[in-house]
Amino acid sequence: MVVERHITHMSNLTPVADNQQPERSGGIAPAARAGDAMAAAWMLARREWVRFFRQRNRVTAALAQPVLFWLLFGTGLSGAFQSTGELDFLQFFLPGTLALIVLFTAIFSTISVIEDRREGFMQAVLVAPVGRWPVLVGKVLGGTAIAWVQALLFLALVLVVGTATLSWSLIPLLGLLAVVAVTMCALGMIVAWPMESTQGFHAIMMLGLMPMWLLSGTFFPIPALGTQASVGQWILGGMMRVNPLSYSMVEMRRLLFPEIDFSSAGFSPSSPVCWAVTVVAAGVTLILAWQLMRGSRKVDVIV
Amino acid sequence: MIDPVTVSDQPHRDTVCTVRELHHDYDGGVTSALSGVDLDVHAGQIFALLGPNGSGKTTLFRLLCTLLPIQRGQVLIGGFQSGTHPLRVREQIGIVFQSPSLDKKLTVDENIACQGALYGIHGGELNHRRNALLQQLNLTDRRHDRCEVLSGGLQRRVELAKGMLHRPRLLLLDEPSTGLDPAARLNLWDAIREMADEGVAVLLTTHLLEEADKADRVAIMSKGQLVAEGSPNNLRGDMGDGIITIVANDVSRAEQILRDQLGLLPQRLHHELRLQSDSPATLLPALVETLGDEVQTINLGRPSLEDVFIAKTGQAFVT
Repeated sequence: MVVERHITHMSNLTPVADNQQPERSGGIAPAARAGDAMAAAWMLARREWVRFFRQRNRVTAALAQPVLFWLLFGTGLSGAFQSTGELDFLQFFLPGTLALIVLFTAIFSTISVIEDRREGFMQAVLVAPVGRWPVLVGKVLGGTAIAWVQALLFLALVLVVGTATLSWSLIPLLGLLAVVAVTMCALGMIVAWPMESTQGFHAIMMLGLMPMWLLSGTFFPIPALGTQASVGQWILGGMMRVNPLSYSMVEMRRLLFPEIDFSSAGFSPSSPVCWAVTVVAAGVTLILAWQLMRGSRKVDVIV
Repeated sequence: MIDPVTVSDQPHRDTVCTVRELHHDYDGGVTSALSGVDLDVHAGQIFALLGPNGSGKTTLFRLLCTLLPIQRGQVLIGGFQSGTHPLRVREQIGIVFQSPSLDKKLTVDENIACQGALYGIHGGELNHRRNALLQQLNLTDRRHDRCEVLSGGLQRRVELAKGMLHRPRLLLLDEPSTGLDPAARLNLWDAIREMADEGVAVLLTTHLLEEADKADRVAIMSKGQLVAEGSPNNLRGDMGDGIITIVANDVSRAEQILRDQLGLLPQRLHHELRLQSDSPATLLPALVETLGDEVQTINLGRPSLEDVFIAKTGQAFVT
């Protein structure tokens, strides 16, 4: 049977005017859209939080791992490091452990983007009328909150055992940790968004984020680049200086041990510089993540 | 050669979804997934897109739910152009994907609340709509259970509740029965029919013939085109009163005999010859007599949607 072909001319398809709301849809008034998008972002952030606490192994690992790392590295390597000024290695490694907490939490939080896509949840979010930025804000906000609370708990433990002392400088430290957590989560989103597999994500994270962490003055001080510095020190010192996390680390150390003067400890940029670099890094990673997410539709249909 | 079918009229007043001359290519034009699809879905209608894997159903589904950008052609949903107003279109559609979109770590209530947040439904309004949907879909008792402990059928119903929460005008369902046992399928179809009775236009994709049979209208897809469209009864009716399938010792010879001696033009499909007839009971004895020993088996059956597919495409319906 050959069916007759009578194509309605395309110009006959008349959409309703943009300001007309179809009668049945319980839809969304344009004015309310920004508020709804924010509510959606908040929901996605809360969801990260709920999911975190409903996975007991994740909670256990998140709490135990940094303590284990700190104790093992801090005590095990304390004899091998001498150039840490007035700090013993357990104290020197403390900001690095805080950064590690934030780093790992960012990895596990943003890996959920790939899982969400594979499990279908992300598709449901992407076809909602709120656009894509709530996904970014929700994921970053949720991951940041988890990382921040973890770091806070670890910090409380450190204060209890007396490795650091309680002071007013801990308040800006918490702010700094939040900004670093935002950077890490945004960086995680940049890597996770186009990824199809968690294995690929881990590989990239280990290749990029772990060196970034190691080259930020966590394990060893950033070498001073004087006339007596070797070529190797110049290369290493140069790499560490272009790493934004190095600046956060310097400021963290300064805020954790305000009684110590770090101005003579090699690389020691001023507090405003450290804060500026940390905040700019957060802004840049967020913008990059946003550009990536709004630009690619190919990843929408990866299942 | 496939004859593409297209809609014949201006979009109807109750038309919720209109698709015109929709094309879609992959790999920069190398692979054509859709070539000139036209369809209309009306309010209160269940419209099934039936086709084997690779026929273009999923691409069409993704275009309708705005996951893929429109390359060529037009999609109008609830009065809004999909290409230019994707956010407005998303307000008009509820979607149930083939792969579950539930967060299994969250409870039924929490999953629906998530959906509410994505569609701007909060507080009392959310509670009101959620309670009504849970009751309608017999999920009230399980509302505090995590989705990971629900059966496949119950999970599908939660998906349906999510899809219906914002009261869409068009409900899109991708292979809704996949993975469900027969009882769960029946329950799901009861729920879908109820939605349609309330005036929601339902468009579903399926590769299950018996599922398409339950729809008000069926469009059969093959190689990116609609090859037939109509109500299941009309589509079957166009095939005559019966389909005769002949398995012969030598198919070519049997085909020749039917042409030369009976003036029939059978359709050849692998090792079978197929004939559609308005009076199969009369034709059958003549076939047996004419073909004689060439015949291994002759089957007579009522036309099915599979027969429609075979007649239109000349190919078996392989899923």
